[in-house]
Amino acid sequence: MRPFTYLRPTSLDQMMTALADPDASAALLAGGTDLIVRLRRGHVRPAMVVDTKSVRDLNGDIIAIDGGLRFGARVTMTALVEDARVRDRFEALVEAASVVGSVQIRNRATLAGNVCNASPAADTVPALLVYGARVNVVGPAGARVVRLAEFFTGPGRTVLTRGELVASIDLPFPTTAAGASFGRVTRRRGVDLATINLCGLITSDGEARFAFGAVGPTPFLRIDRTGALAAGATDAVARDAALRTMCGAARPITDVRGSREYRAAMLAVMTGRAWKVAESRLRGRMGTRPA
Amino acid sequence: MSTANVPVRMQVNGRSLDLEIPPQHTLLDVLRDTVRLTGTKECCSEGECGACTVLVNGQAVCSCLVLGVEMDGQQITTIEGLASEGRLDPLQEAFVSTGAVQCGFCIPGMIMAARALLSAKPKPTRAEVQEALVGNLCRCGGYSRILDAVLLVADSHR
Repeated sequence: MRPFTYLRPTSLDQMMTALADPDASAALLAGGTDLIVRLRRGHVRPAMVVDTKSVRDLNGDIIAIDGGLRFGARVTMTALVEDARVRDRFEALVEAASVVGSVQIRNRATLAGNVCNASPAADTVPALLVYGARVNVVGPAGARVVRLAEFFTGPGRTVLTRGELVASIDLPFPTTAAGASFGRVTRRRGVDLATINLCGLITSDGEARFAFGAVGPTPFLRIDRTGALAAGATDAVARDAALRTMCGAARPITDVRGSREYRAAMLAVMTGRAWKVAESRLRGRMGTRPA
Repeated sequence: MSTANVPVRMQVNGRSLDLEIPPQHTLLDVLRDTVRLTGTKECCSEGECGACTVLVNGQAVCSCLVLGVEMDGQQITTIEGLASEGRLDPLQEAFVSTGAVQCGFCIPGMIMAARALLSAKPKPTRAEVQEALVGNLCRCGGYSRILDAVLLVADSHR
């Protein structure tokens, strides 16, 4: 690994000053499970690595906020998966975070880091998208809130500008009863990046939200308010057409994990499955019988 | 700009160590080359294989994906820290008695990952053991006896 300076600021101001220094080419270190691999491969060559761990405002806490939960910048996948409130209200996010890497990776990897890396295949992102995540950004020019659906600008690229960083991520509780499901295809069961991943969420007022990863330059969200994907929808033709429309915006590429054609075919299959699981979970919550 | 060594105080296997660490050295580098504990193995260097697994504050982590300088104030346990008073850890005994060790290279990581599981959950199911070891590869293909070894210790807690 090439030498760099290690900085462990204790305040957000110190951290932003370090990140904003145009001569420093600083890299931000949270869990390190992606950064350290890229440092070793020489994909990133920062003069300085700035560690988040001593900044009190960048904590590892999941706290209740008005109408939702706030995930601090250092919340790990393990902490998220073990939190009873998250398990109760954001089942698909738990499913997604549970399959990131391995136990060893999840003990270090952070939710905010998964978002900020802006990998098209980030497993937690489709779940965060369907739940309507908001990203709390702080920077030299002040704080701002960015909807996650508007956060990514390309593979590895986000709207963050020099000196800005993610302080926390907010997830609003669904305002009606909802069922959600995460799905993905990988080549092997553990420690693999997603060939495709996706998340579906259906609400009791008939809205369906689907988000897809690894099938385009950024993960993306689609919303259907026609009711064709509502719980108990009996018109299978309309339902299948709506699901096709949902995943029709995907623009998969061919790479080492799968061909474009395979990805498109599996996306159709997995979208159907995600709808079925989300729908049955929602029906379970509404106490109604299968259609 | 200086890339000077950073003073770090960490506890390794119960012993407090004051070290001066180059920022680019991973915890794995520090353990093997500075502290001279070579039981922890280097293999893929990117968090895929688990050979470098150690415990940080009781949690299994890949020591190749952690910088040594991040470990200030942390408690680290390596394979060398499991035996106490001349007695092997029950997991180590079980790996020997079930014949779970072939070439042996993955075993320190396997045992540390299993140790983290059993300390948090003494009576895991077979599926839970498999999930806990999903990040540990064995090129000898010794998985079934490795599972048997971990389950042997788990069963002794039932």
